[in-house]
Amino acid sequence: MNTHKTTNSLGRLKKAAVLGLAIAGLGLTLTAPVQAQDANVPSTIKWTIPFGVGGGTDVWARFFSPWLSEHIPGEPTISIDNVPGGGSINGANLFATRARSDGSDWLGTSASTQFPAMLGDRRVRYDYSNWTPILATPTGGVVYAQPSLGEESESAIATLLEKRVKLAVQSHTGLELPVLIALDMLGVDVQAVSGMQGRGEGRLAFERGEADIDFQTTSAYLSSVAPLVESGRAVPLFSLGVLNDEGQIERDPAFPDLPTFTEVYGNLNGEAPSGTANEAYEKFFASGFTLQKLIMVPKGTPDELVEIYREAALEFVETEQFKQEADAHLGPYTPIIGDVVERHLEQAMALNDDLREWLADWLKTKHGASI
Amino acid sequence: MFDILLSSLGQLFTLDHLLYMVLGVLVGLVVGIIPGLGGIAGMALLLPFLYGMEPSVALGMLMGLVAVIPTGDTFASVLLGIPGSSASQATVIDGFSLAKRGQAARALSSAFLSSMIGGLIGAAVLTGFILIARPVVLSFSSSELFMLTLLGLSMVAVLSGRDLLKGLAACGLGLLIGTIGMAPATGEFRLNFEINYLFDGVPLVVIGLGIFALPEIIDLLVKRGAIAGERTRLGKGWKQGLQDVGKNRGLVARCAGIGSLLGTIPGLAGSVVDWMTYGHAVQSAKDKSKFGHGDIRGVIAPEAANNACASGAMVPTLLFGVPGSGTAAVFLGGLLLLGLQPGVSMIETNLDLTYTIIWSLALANIIGAAFCLGLARPVASLTRVPFVILAPLITVLIMFAAYQATRSPGDLLALGAIGALGVLFKQAGWSRPAFLIGFVLAPGAEAYFYQAVQFQGSAAFMRPGVLIIGAMILAALFLPMFRQLWRKLRSTDTEQAPAVGEAPATGSKPITIGGIDLVIFTALLGMATYGWFHLADLSLLGGLMPRLALAIMGVACLLEILRSLVRKPAWQHQPLLQQVVWLAGFFALVGAILTFGLVTTATLFCLAFLMFIARLKPWVAITMSAGVAIFLVGMAKLLTLTYPSGLIDPLLFG
Repeated sequence: MNTHKTTNSLGRLKKAAVLGLAIAGLGLTLTAPVQAQDANVPSTIKWTIPFGVGGGTDVWARFFSPWLSEHIPGEPTISIDNVPGGGSINGANLFATRARSDGSDWLGTSASTQFPAMLGDRRVRYDYSNWTPILATPTGGVVYAQPSLGEESESAIATLLEKRVKLAVQSHTGLELPVLIALDMLGVDVQAVSGMQGRGEGRLAFERGEADIDFQTTSAYLSSVAPLVESGRAVPLFSLGVLNDEGQIERDPAFPDLPTFTEVYGNLNGEAPSGTANEAYEKFFASGFTLQKLIMVPKGTPDELVEIYREAALEFVETEQFKQEADAHLGPYTPIIGDVVERHLEQAMALNDDLREWLADWLKTKHGASI
Repeated sequence: MFDILLSSLGQLFTLDHLLYMVLGVLVGLVVGIIPGLGGIAGMALLLPFLYGMEPSVALGMLMGLVAVIPTGDTFASVLLGIPGSSASQATVIDGFSLAKRGQAARALSSAFLSSMIGGLIGAAVLTGFILIARPVVLSFSSSELFMLTLLGLSMVAVLSGRDLLKGLAACGLGLLIGTIGMAPATGEFRLNFEINYLFDGVPLVVIGLGIFALPEIIDLLVKRGAIAGERTRLGKGWKQGLQDVGKNRGLVARCAGIGSLLGTIPGLAGSVVDWMTYGHAVQSAKDKSKFGHGDIRGVIAPEAANNACASGAMVPTLLFGVPGSGTAAVFLGGLLLLGLQPGVSMIETNLDLTYTIIWSLALANIIGAAFCLGLARPVASLTRVPFVILAPLITVLIMFAAYQATRSPGDLLALGAIGALGVLFKQAGWSRPAFLIGFVLAPGAEAYFYQAVQFQGSAAFMRPGVLIIGAMILAALFLPMFRQLWRKLRSTDTEQAPAVGEAPATGSKPITIGGIDLVIFTALLGMATYGWFHLADLSLLGGLMPRLALAIMGVACLLEILRSLVRKPAWQHQPLLQQVVWLAGFFALVGAILTFGLVTTATLFCLAFLMFIARLKPWVAITMSAGVAIFLVGMAKLLTLTYPSGLIDPLLFG
């Protein structure tokens, strides 16, 4: 009696499990791969995302994968493999040791993958010079302040120069690093309070009135800060600008009315920014914003395949439909494809020892943080 | 406002919406039932289909999943003593004790009913609260958040009862392990001993499985028999469980309220809520003696709270884009994929979608709990199966679950290490919940304290919110003491507040000490001394928290030793030999998994265990081990999971 009951219930449990699996399986088969026609293109591409499911880079990859899959000849299946940990260092390390160079392994990186490599973090065992970029998506960013500092940006910046202000950051070497350098160059005395879980928490600290100034990337700024600005609860100060193909910083197309950091610096000092601090700023700005998120393949991947992938991306990035849909995810920026990425990347990632030493020293003295 | 409420309700009952929501519920139940997967894996399964879907339908599907995760994971907590996800850790204590007393069906049915009611209350609270939530959420600054983590920590005192010092020492150890990794203030790495795995800290899932599940498995193997030690009729318990919820209406309502409100505060994950409500249940009960040994209120309280908390967590997610929990973080990703931006627009232009979310949450709670209630009775009979048959399957299951935490061999080794600690604690009656609470709250306590001081200076601790929460902490600590004193004055009955969780509870037992106690004392004091010197290189800010943890641990240990010396304890025999043998077996298994691969090793291990230790008929053993292999391979394919591959797996399973 008892044993019978047991097997019966086990059977039911299994049935429930099988049902669930079947439902999920059904879904999977619906998107099953169409056999690749082009012999060169692998039928499945494993796209390693060194971040958790649902994070910014994961959503970015999930947004891109149907577009890419559709435009690569043979329509390969792109399966996203999330390998979170170590703020993306673990996944990138794993990719560096395991990825095959037959075009079937991609990596999606972000600023938090680039920065540790530039800073010489001892956990990093990957090297960007071993990878070839397919595509990069830029973003911009805006620094804004409490209205108590000044009703409009000029007066707010003037107040900023006189008093110590608080800014909530994730860590001193996170995405905020170039912003911290920029503020320091302007002569703003910033107390960076670290330990935020994401930029969103930093914004919360600003909205609670704990932080005097804050910084958000374009999409978060447009959705969450623009309403604050409209209702008079935040004053935009400057944008970081965007890097054009010639390597010059110009106004951000998302914020054409907002001066860039470079302009603000010029107005205050009567000359363009220069020196070691500026060199550091430019490098981290380039790798953290201009090339914020990258699709990379191992260097050994056949040139024809790299070309095929790049062309596939070129095919759709200029279409109206893509631009429309991308607006919510990427802001009004067009992905950068091809050699330009490679050039910018090489320039950004190369830090000489002097610069690194300057950074370590700067972080220690200004923010009490160590690399 | 009302027309929006109604139109979203109409939207809810369209065929498309219902179908996709039920799909979400089913996926949620399956990933909820399998430990270690939880909401993140479920979301990962659904996200690929999201892009391009109609937003309201897609949101229904996601909410179906989010709503039932805290319902489904109750199965593993109650039946197997495995904390299915971080939201159901408190359920394990009394739920599993009830299962061991043959009352699994009762525990399950009352858990599901309170989950359902909790979820509905949560949705109801959310309906109104979301409109006014903005200023409320914003009024919780870093200093209030710090005080809330202290309130959570004060539950240690509530849960440890008369073994307060041991509880504190356990909590100190939890705090210490919780500080492993990066210091939030300075970015320094602490206590990682140059082991790569420790740079990120030990994952919560691994701690939960190690401290609760592994010691229970070993204990049951040593004792033999089935999980349900006492024989009772199963069917009766099911109904009784429903009645239990009826009797504790007030508790359900209060815990659901607490859950939904705490859930709205960003930064306090669901894992705090279940302990706080569990502590509340203990405090508000007149007869506390059964807590930790199968008190149904210990199941009802956290279960009512965790579903409500899942609803509450939608507030910061939708309004601020700051997710309140791991599942909410993935849900946020889903929103972005649908092209929706969180923020004020969710209560202005997209209010209809927000209400669709809330309604779906309510309906999914009902459907999910109904499914589970139906399953509860038959599944409860699992506890009648001789445990020796279940043991290999559960062992494989917790290894599978632990490895999903970071997919590194370190997960399995840490599971074994924490499991060894859990075995010691369990055998000697030290509070495992206290350890877990310390671990869970360490990062929050440190980060918020640092932020509060940096942002607000000394003014941080004069804010009204801080004072109110401070008063609540004092009340939590001292009210029971006064109440007890009051009772003592009124009657001659010298009833003592018993420990919850581990220690023998009845009456005023003489103080005892045993061999394992001595081992733990030596280890903790040794660790405190060594740690103090090891931390010398750290900056003041980076080393503050670990030093505090060491101090709590060391001082509590010394005081406990002193107390024991003064009170002349009775020597208590604490057996350990058999446990050590099983633990050694576990580590051998981990070694084999890392060398040969999980699928191969797990299959062979189950086969050998079932044939030679459980002495099943060969064909039964073969069928069950084949089932294990199919489960593992199937899960890997379905959810793109990876396992330790070793030497053999790649050859056999690709």
